[in-house]
Amino acid sequence: MQLNFLAIIGRFALGMLGEIGRFSRFAAKSVLSCVQAPFFLRNLLQQTMTIGYYSLPVVGLTAVFTGAVLALQIYIGGSRFNAESIVPTIVVLGITRELGPVLAGLMVAGRVSSAIAAELGTMRVTEQIDALTTLSTNPYKYLIVPRILAAVIVLPLLVLVADIIGVMGGFLVSTQSLGFNGGSYLKNTLDFMEADDVSSGLWKAAAFGFIIALMGCYHGFFSRGGAQGVGAATTYAVVSSAVLILASNYLLTSLVFS
Amino acid sequence: MAAASGHGKQKIVLKGVRKSFGAKHVLDGIDLSIDEGQSLVVIGGSGTGKSVMLKCILGILVPDAGSIHIDGKETTRIAGRAREGVMKKFGMLFQGAALFDSLPVWENVAFGLIQGQGKNRREAREVAIDTLAQVGLGPEVAKLMPAELSGGMQKRVGLARAIASHPDVLFFDEPTTGLDPIMSDVINELIVERVKDLGATAVSITHDMASARKIADRIAMIYRGRIIWEGAVGDIDHSGNPYVEQFIHGRAEGPIQMDILKT
Ligand SMILES: Nc1ncnc2c1ncn2[C@@H]1O[C@H](COP(=O)(O)OP(=O)(O)O)[C@@H](O)[C@H]1O
Ligand SMILES: [Mg+2]
Repeated sequence: MQLNFLAIIGRFALGMLGEIGRFSRFAAKSVLSCVQAPFFLRNLLQQTMTIGYYSLPVVGLTAVFTGAVLALQIYIGGSRFNAESIVPTIVVLGITRELGPVLAGLMVAGRVSSAIAAELGTMRVTEQIDALTTLSTNPYKYLIVPRILAAVIVLPLLVLVADIIGVMGGFLVSTQSLGFNGGSYLKNTLDFMEADDVSSGLWKAAAFGFIIALMGCYHGFFSRGGAQGVGAATTYAVVSSAVLILASNYLLTSLVFS
Repeated sequence: MAAASGHGKQKIVLKGVRKSFGAKHVLDGIDLSIDEGQSLVVIGGSGTGKSVMLKCILGILVPDAGSIHIDGKETTRIAGRAREGVMKKFGMLFQGAALFDSLPVWENVAFGLIQGQGKNRREAREVAIDTLAQVGLGPEVAKLMPAELSGGMQKRVGLARAIASHPDVLFFDEPTTGLDPIMSDVINELIVERVKDLGATAVSITHDMASARKIADRIAMIYRGRIIWEGAVGDIDHSGNPYVEQFIHGRAEGPIQMDILKT
């Protein structure tokens, strides 16, 4: 083969365009399928359990340590200008607006996006997805819609749990080792918190859920080339959903929630 | 090539079907017609495009050119509901059985009945257990997960899943590959019986000549993306075609060149 620089650039550009086209078609088809019958409720319930319920431990642990360390750091910062009392306010703001949704999103991306990609990828390479088609069942509706809907519904709930546990983490550290009074800590938390802080985090969470499921499904659905292909699909799913979560978090925050 | 095959109604007709992946031309103008109630076996080496051809007929892959008619209707590029309607006539046994590994055996067999036909689960389960009996599997197998089954059992469950909704046309992708000779023969017998029972048209692909002789009414040979010979199963031993002769006797020397680097 001849090494032709322009040809390499051209091939790369064509490949890139092809990938974007394939992804756009996949995303459009997935979203359209979400609003068309038939609905596979059994699959939706099952996915809600796998994505939501089984993510609770990892999301809870992430939240409690994050809330705790946030209280420690803000206490250090606050004490530099005698404003230690700001701790509860900043902890709840940081958790609900930013760290709850983003960290829960990233943790669930690692756990769920990879699992979805591995499962669908295995189904692809063992022809199970083709088998669905021959049994008159649309794989978008049977496999992809339940995962996307489950993730979009469940992520806000997980983030709500993370918010509560995160604030509790901050509360524990503040009252046990920083000398705060429990009652006034909670009063400060609630008094300065706005509904918007929580709701903006929950909307972001829904968007992250969509990203997580979509990337897992996309990379799994089009994986190819046996076990190695499935492995690559899992990696791509996690990396792309994590990057997209961080990028969309910035965009959503600057355009919608600021 | 043999002239129009017999008298029956034509069930499936392929004309000039082409399919490439990138620069690789896998199907290069396939012409084939299958009569209703006939059992056609397509033979050919590994990687010659047998599975790709089946997937084109099934609509899992869309050909780049050519046409495919099923029951006289053009189905090459239909999608959505129309495609699902055509699929209801089909049953397919995949090469690796392709059982859904998240579902127990009975739900695999009943899948088409529950999802495709909207039967309730209890009824579908009974049909599934009857169908499992038809492939020689007892009701105790129904609750097992696919991963707990041997290769031969998986193939039989796959066969049960393919026939459960009484399709008009059955497709078999290398039904005996990877099985020992005795289990292969069991599967061949089951295929012959079940196809006869249903009065179905059958299209199988294989490189196992024992299997081909047992299942086929007619045999076609695919080579380099084309059908190079077609005839009744009885004619295979005096085809006069050097490619067919080499293939059925499994010789390394002959007109078919394997892609092996000769040093
Ligand atoms: N989805 C696909 N994408 C790219 N290449 C494919 C695809 N499916 C099949 N091929 C290629 O087409 C050729 C024929 O494959 P196949 O029909 O599976 O062979 P066989 O006759 O053994 O069933 C192979 O070289 C395979 O690599
Ligand atoms: Mg094959």
